[in-house]
Amino acid sequence: MSALHDIVKPSEDIVSILDIANIRKDFPILHQEVYGKPLVYLDNAASAQKPQAVLDAIQACYSRYYANIHRGVHFLSEHSTTAYERARETVRAFLNASSTQEIIFTRGTTEAINLVASSFGRTRVESGDEILITHMEHHSNIVPWQMLCEQRGAQLRVVPINDAGELMLEEYERLLNDRTKLVGIVHISNALGTLNPIKAMIDMAHARGIPVLVDGAQSVPHMAVDVQALDCDFFAFSGHKVYGPSGIGVLYGKTEHLKAMPPYQGGGDMIRSVTFEKTEYADLPNKFEAGTPNIAGVIGLGAALNWVSELGLAAIAAHEHKLLDYATAQLSEIPGLRIIGTAHSKAAVVSFVLDGAHPHDIGTILDREGIAIRAGHHCAQPLMQRYGVPATARASFAVYNTLAEVDALVAALWKVKEWFD
Amino acid sequence: MSDLRHLYQEVILDHNKRPRNFRTIESCSHHADGYNPLCGDKVTVYLDIQDGIIKDVAFQGSGCAISTASASLMTEALKGKAVADVEGLFQDFHDVVTGTAEPSRKLGKLAILAGVRDYPSRVKCATLAWHALHAALEHQAQPVSTE
Repeated sequence: MSALHDIVKPSEDIVSILDIANIRKDFPILHQEVYGKPLVYLDNAASAQKPQAVLDAIQACYSRYYANIHRGVHFLSEHSTTAYERARETVRAFLNASSTQEIIFTRGTTEAINLVASSFGRTRVESGDEILITHMEHHSNIVPWQMLCEQRGAQLRVVPINDAGELMLEEYERLLNDRTKLVGIVHISNALGTLNPIKAMIDMAHARGIPVLVDGAQSVPHMAVDVQALDCDFFAFSGHKVYGPSGIGVLYGKTEHLKAMPPYQGGGDMIRSVTFEKTEYADLPNKFEAGTPNIAGVIGLGAALNWVSELGLAAIAAHEHKLLDYATAQLSEIPGLRIIGTAHSKAAVVSFVLDGAHPHDIGTILDREGIAIRAGHHCAQPLMQRYGVPATARASFAVYNTLAEVDALVAALWKVKEWFD
Repeated sequence: MSDLRHLYQEVILDHNKRPRNFRTIESCSHHADGYNPLCGDKVTVYLDIQDGIIKDVAFQGSGCAISTASASLMTEALKGKAVADVEGLFQDFHDVVTGTAEPSRKLGKLAILAGVRDYPSRVKCATLAWHALHAALEHQAQPVSTE
């Protein structure tokens, strides 16, 4: 294990570019006890907690200027519309998209992927075509494509992974062919932490003229993403994993694709004119935002991205890697503990199994120590099957986590061993 | 950690480590699968029923300590019982692990799982084998799910 990451001693953590104690003050929820123990929140890959700036933005929206957006001629509606569209610009800048018309607000990553599967898939995928995904996808980047393939008579192909949890690129290249209509790749695996070489994979697909969708749910909170540099065709992420509200997410799509694609849902806000004979659709991005959107959610997401940008993703990533390296080293010392996902390039996710103790039992015992982790299949059942485990326990880190919290995790796992040895 | 002892009692840890009747029954009269999609726990319950009496009962599968121990204890409790009494026993057990009733004497050793009532997310672990048992008696072809 030690060869994977440079091991950082806890004492060396004192010098850090980020003032973590100060950052923690921004998160009211972290300052509480659970079963009489200080809360240690290590379930960030499932959802991150929200800083005061996000809470304030949502509160301000509802208490000061909330109204429906876009068609209102009154003061509040104009104010809400401005705040909503300002958040779209914040997302554009955050992803370095070339235009705000490429930023579509959705309910989350899942809906963003479903939008592409439905709209792009319906018009571009025919019987005999193939959709290529990987073995480490979240169910949200498997099931929509499976549904599409079933409808269109297409085939779902899967890029295999090696035992470390890395994609086998030679297999990927072999699977790309003239029938491949779209590639869907997870940027960072939620269950393994693997950071995939998506730039190289996008280039390989593009060499054959195949568009690529990137599931960025786990990457956006932990690393800078530049959709133009990546040259991805679609990029999806969720607000709630990047310190924003739940129920809001983003689909980035290249203008050329979005223009050619039919609307995903019909309704208000996505039209230019409606008669019973014919409807003319609105321009981008409204064409894909039918109905009253999650206005406060969008504004909260904008606040979250601003908060992240102020800290800087490079500094956040540096801190989280320190946590990952330390946790990897400490957990590796526990006899009978096996880390699932030992890719060379990893984000701050540690999935593991422990001899004699089921992940569910680990989760319950840790919970009573105040430690929140996830136990289960992480919505990646094919991946669990690949490793021959029904479930794993998973600790996942965010910028507000500390080395002391890793120590608490490790101490609690030693207690689990006492129970189950 | 003291309250965890109400959940992970010695008997439960023992049945998890050394589950009783952890086998198949070749010539079973009834069997069914149970599956908890939330945590991936799987159990298959086998029954040999003759003249309305459970002559033999066994299980196979993989799961957490609570689901394994509960399945193991269930097989011990059921052997020799009349099929007619099984539903009543399941109901009593269910009421205890969901906290709607105190354990009664007729629950016997199964009462050891009463601690589950303080852990709502674990109730399905404790009842998985019982749901499979129920399905086996109803001759359900599809695996029964806790969801």
